[in-house]
Amino acid sequence: MSTAVVPRGGRTRKRITGAVLTVITWLVTLGFFFPVAWMVFTAFKSERDAATNPPTFLAELTLANFQRVFDSGFSAYLINSFSASVMSTIIVIILAFPAAYALSIRPIVKSTDALFFFISTKFLPLAAAAVPIYLVLQNFGLLDNVSALTVLYLGMNLPLAVWMMRSFLMEVPREIIEAAQVDGAKFSTEMLRIVLPLVAPGMAAAALICFIFAWNEYFLANLLTSTIARTAPPALGSFVSGRGQFLAVLSAAATIAVLPVIIAGWVAQKRLVRGLAMGAIK
Amino acid sequence: MAIADSTRLLVTAPDQGRRRKRTKIPLTPGERRNLRLARALLWPALIVAILITQVPFVVTIYYSFQTWNLQRPRDRGFAGLENYVDVLTNGAFFSSLWATVLIVGSSAVISLVVGMALAMLLDRKFFGRGLARTLLITPFLMMPAASALIWKWSMLDNDAGMVNWVLGLIGISPIAWNTSLPILTVIITLAWQYTPFMMLILLAGLQSQPQDVLEAASVDGAGPVRTFFSMTLPHLRQYVELAVLLGVILMLQVFDPVNIMTKGTGGTKTMAYLLYERAFIGSDIGEASAYGVLTVIVTIVVATIALRTLFKMLKVEGDLR
Repeated sequence: MSTAVVPRGGRTRKRITGAVLTVITWLVTLGFFFPVAWMVFTAFKSERDAATNPPTFLAELTLANFQRVFDSGFSAYLINSFSASVMSTIIVIILAFPAAYALSIRPIVKSTDALFFFISTKFLPLAAAAVPIYLVLQNFGLLDNVSALTVLYLGMNLPLAVWMMRSFLMEVPREIIEAAQVDGAKFSTEMLRIVLPLVAPGMAAAALICFIFAWNEYFLANLLTSTIARTAPPALGSFVSGRGQFLAVLSAAATIAVLPVIIAGWVAQKRLVRGLAMGAIK
Repeated sequence: MAIADSTRLLVTAPDQGRRRKRTKIPLTPGERRNLRLARALLWPALIVAILITQVPFVVTIYYSFQTWNLQRPRDRGFAGLENYVDVLTNGAFFSSLWATVLIVGSSAVISLVVGMALAMLLDRKFFGRGLARTLLITPFLMMPAASALIWKWSMLDNDAGMVNWVLGLIGISPIAWNTSLPILTVIITLAWQYTPFMMLILLAGLQSQPQDVLEAASVDGAGPVRTFFSMTLPHLRQYVELAVLLGVILMLQVFDPVNIMTKGTGGTKTMAYLLYERAFIGSDIGEASAYGVLTVIVTIVVATIALRTLFKMLKVEGDLR
């Protein structure tokens, strides 16, 4: 019996199935993306058009909401978010690169234990550490302080960065390092001049993920800051008002707050998955 | 590698250090320098991580044995197990444990199933595939605070919400999501955020499947359903485990949507929120710390399983030395 008989019209049927699947995929995709798109659209509407039922699809677009967001002093919160995220990310990378180097290219034997330790700190819930952190900061007058927040974000992201960097460093071909050692290159040359350029893209991805987590962080920011050091995530809630309509201005503020990270994430999406899986996936 | 082997002897067994004097394991100055160097590279990060992440936990354990309410600072003293007895008998802990299990569990299952479907849809060539993938990962990049606010006020609002409008089109009367179904609103928001996370990991798994094996199966007459259940799913198993465990660990800490959408009402008081409420609204440091310790224990149980999976995968890849 011949099993390899292709039924007549099989190719056409396959093509139709493919087209149907493509349409389904796109419908689901657009459905998933809809809340984000609607947020951006609402940000450009007038308050009156933003809260209608049925929703207004053809609205006159305006920039007034963004003006209102910046008039309310939101840019100060964005600057706080930015400096806490950028500063913590820079220090994280400076600390994580040598550590990951020690765990991959020049492994100490207990490196598995150290690796285990780093990742376990990431798994412990922040909330459980919050009480002593709050009291210590209060004692030293460091509540509502961007630097204190920066240090905490540094601790939060360091384990993740070590893991990611390690996974990228593991891919550096041994021969290159051995050749450098045979040539009598100094260690600093080996690490900074030879290996660093090879893992620069991985390092950028690790930095980006750390930045995203710090930028989006809400729990600590909400707890430890109030006015001076307030960052964008907890500040967003203040656009919800008990009186009158606020949907358009809230959408505008949210759009401004999420845009930098979304664009950065789109650009680096290929490396993102590997970092999120802690280097367990290539 | 020779260097690694001699350092292994040196570092793994400290009691062999004394014996080393007698047996004299040859350790050239170069090797010794290498070892010192590697330690010097590792220590700064290790010390910072210990100071910022471990010390507070130790202090939390200490506080959990203290009677200490910020409103009555003079009554501070050793409490023994009193806080733990209080916490375990007043019912709040177990209801928060249940809320956490319900919310995190449902969100994990929903985002896994939807993420799997999306990963399979994306694992084929079609028009605009790159763009679709880009749009699909966006919910995970969204600031969680912004997602919670947008879902609460723009999507699930009683009057102006888009979800009720769509339901109205097919003849379903408006639902007061935020007030009558608070648990579901939190689950919807969380599942929406974590579906892309699951999808990305599962897609990586699907794409690592050897194509020739799949082709062989199809030549042998296996239909798509059969191929999925007897080949793709077993291959994906460890990716599914990884996605679920990492997702669950991230979600266990969940605080943002609860604080923003429900303030812990209507059965949404998760462990993280309960702790926050006891410490910073109730000012009871001792009791909150006891909640903290219990939360850590629950997380450790989950994390241990997660770590085992992670290491198994790294070993399979031949990545770990």
